Amino acid sequence: MIFIRLWMFFAGVLATLFLGWAALVGVPGVQLAAVPAQPGLRPYTYEEAHGREIYIREGCVYCHSQQTRPQGFGADQKRLWGRPSVPGDYVYDQPHLLGTSRTGPDLLNIGARQPSRDWHLAHLYNPRAVVPGSIMPRFPWLFEEKESVDPLDVPLAPGSRIVATREALDLYAYLLGMNRTYPVRGGAK
Amino acid sequence: MTSAPGEKNADLVSRRRSLDEAAALPVLLYFTTGVVWLLVGTVLGLIASLKFDMPDWLSRVAPLTFGRVRPAHLNAVTYGWASLAGAGCLLWLVSRLCLVPVQLRKSLIASAALWNLGLIYGTGAILFGYSRGVEWLEYPLPAAGMIAAAFLLFAASILQTFRRRTVPHLYVSLWYAVAAVVWFPFLYVVANLPVYSGVTHAAVNWWYGHNALAVWFTPIGLALAYYFIPKVIGRPIYSYYLSLLGFWSFALFYNWNGIHHLVGGPVPTWLQTISIIASVLMVIPVMAVAVNHHLTTAGNFRYLRTSPTLRFTVVGAMCYTAVSFQGSLEALRDMQEVVHFTHYTIGHAHLGVYAFLTMILFGAMYYITPRVAKWNWPQPKLIKLHFWLTAAGIGIYVVAMCTGGVLQGYAMNDPARPFVEVIRLTRPWLGMRSVSGMMILAGHLVFAYLFAQMIYHTGPRRETAPWTEATPV
Repeated sequence: MIFIRLWMFFAGVLATLFLGWAALVGVPGVQLAAVPAQPGLRPYTYEEAHGREIYIREGCVYCHSQQTRPQGFGADQKRLWGRPSVPGDYVYDQPHLLGTSRTGPDLLNIGARQPSRDWHLAHLYNPRAVVPGSIMPRFPWLFEEKESVDPLDVPLAPGSRIVATREALDLYAYLLGMNRTYPVRGGAK
Repeated sequence: MTSAPGEKNADLVSRRRSLDEAAALPVLLYFTTGVVWLLVGTVLGLIASLKFDMPDWLSRVAPLTFGRVRPAHLNAVTYGWASLAGAGCLLWLVSRLCLVPVQLRKSLIASAALWNLGLIYGTGAILFGYSRGVEWLEYPLPAAGMIAAAFLLFAASILQTFRRRTVPHLYVSLWYAVAAVVWFPFLYVVANLPVYSGVTHAAVNWWYGHNALAVWFTPIGLALAYYFIPKVIGRPIYSYYLSLLGFWSFALFYNWNGIHHLVGGPVPTWLQTISIIASVLMVIPVMAVAVNHHLTTAGNFRYLRTSPTLRFTVVGAMCYTAVSFQGSLEALRDMQEVVHFTHYTIGHAHLGVYAFLTMILFGAMYYITPRVAKWNWPQPKLIKLHFWLTAAGIGIYVVAMCTGGVLQGYAMNDPARPFVEVIRLTRPWLGMRSVSGMMILAGHLVFAYLFAQMIYHTGPRRETAPWTEATPV
């Protein structure tokens, strides 16, 4: 190599990677670690946490974001998807599910926008039954067909023998809990 | 790069032959398994694409739901195809440039085996519902651990070969290759640690997601282009000093790009801003590389007709310039407001990992495989078919996704348009993408057929290569 010695090459290679890490992970990590949870945010319940695992397993994140952008940057506000989200809205999220795609709409506040259990279960079973033109996958394995419906079962519709499994109900619990409409307290960013 | 004729040249030729013999087994192991993952990954990608057109197709098969097939596709083509084929190419390249046989060959065989076990475990885990749910880092920890260990064995071999080098001069391809094997293990291990949460996790996610390209995939492509363009044409690289500037500005700026994936999101604004600035500064290394690659090629386009290596490599190098400029523009806030969250990003990603990297990997494999497998490519016409199917396929792919993505972005930003209408608007473009995916799959089947004949020494036997290159062997 011209100009420099070999140890300088390796030092440079390590230094550039470390600089990038420090800038994008190290410093923001320290800054964000000091951000407390928003007072309106509560940890996930057992059912919601299980529902979140189903959300991860089925890869919902590849079509649905969970971040709302401010007025003047996209139409999130005008579409009434919820106030701009802040780091304090996410402190219980592990892994994060911010997402990078909106083949479907943002879900950060879906629980406030659409709280109906019947709607969500029908939508998970066959999205096109409730949203004509939707291209969302169906999730029939979150439901089972029963010979006789137990009073505790949650059928798709009154009289239906297709009932929601624990997984579908917990996924619904998670979606219903997706509600960051409480007012932001403290330094936003 | 050119060597003087005469006795010294003949000696060099025989030394290179012995290097190729030493490299043969590990290189072919990486190549063969890489081609298998290319086919697996392409089929998964095509299934994912067809799901947009026919959402009820295969809808009772849980492992083939879109949200599982899509990440399985990404992991199979990046950690499977591109990484394995890239690792095979780097082994051969580093051995050639250091003029020393590939070192630690036994640990390379263990590396290839472990790597593939990790891929089977990880991809299977995604399909059967055990994904970790983080884009680019879906593999469960045991699978990621296997791949990390396999990579360390591979890196050890590259560094040992480098240490034993018998040449005083370090060619530019070596800088990229050696830097990549030092960078990537750090990146992969740090990003996989199960310690992050919330917005910090998002920052780590995209620091990793973009850096996987910055410190592993792009250096592979650039190292190979820097080697094969001058090699096949038979003239030195345009400017050595420029390549030095290109390398160090690349190392400095590319690392800072990742957070442009979170523009407009709940991450600190200063963090978004520095990533946007770094993305624009990428113009410097990209210009340096572009001048070097394209001005070396200029005036020698006739070799594109006769050398498949050069044809694939030059197309790949041109796409590197294109995808990099696109990326610098795409990171700007005004552009992000429209195209963030749309199919445009997917178009950009494929212009990078496919039109740039995969095309260059094909080019490199057309050069390396006959030398390590000791068999000449049997049907040159099929190579042309492979080229045109994949080149036209990826061309349609990128145009469809970028156009569809821009339309989708503008429609989404118009609150008067119902969301379902946005979906309806994108469907013709997504359909076009499925057609391009079929062309790409057909191209890959042709390539796999050709490659299998090389491994099994079947097909028409040729005494000489079916094309001419300025500097044979």
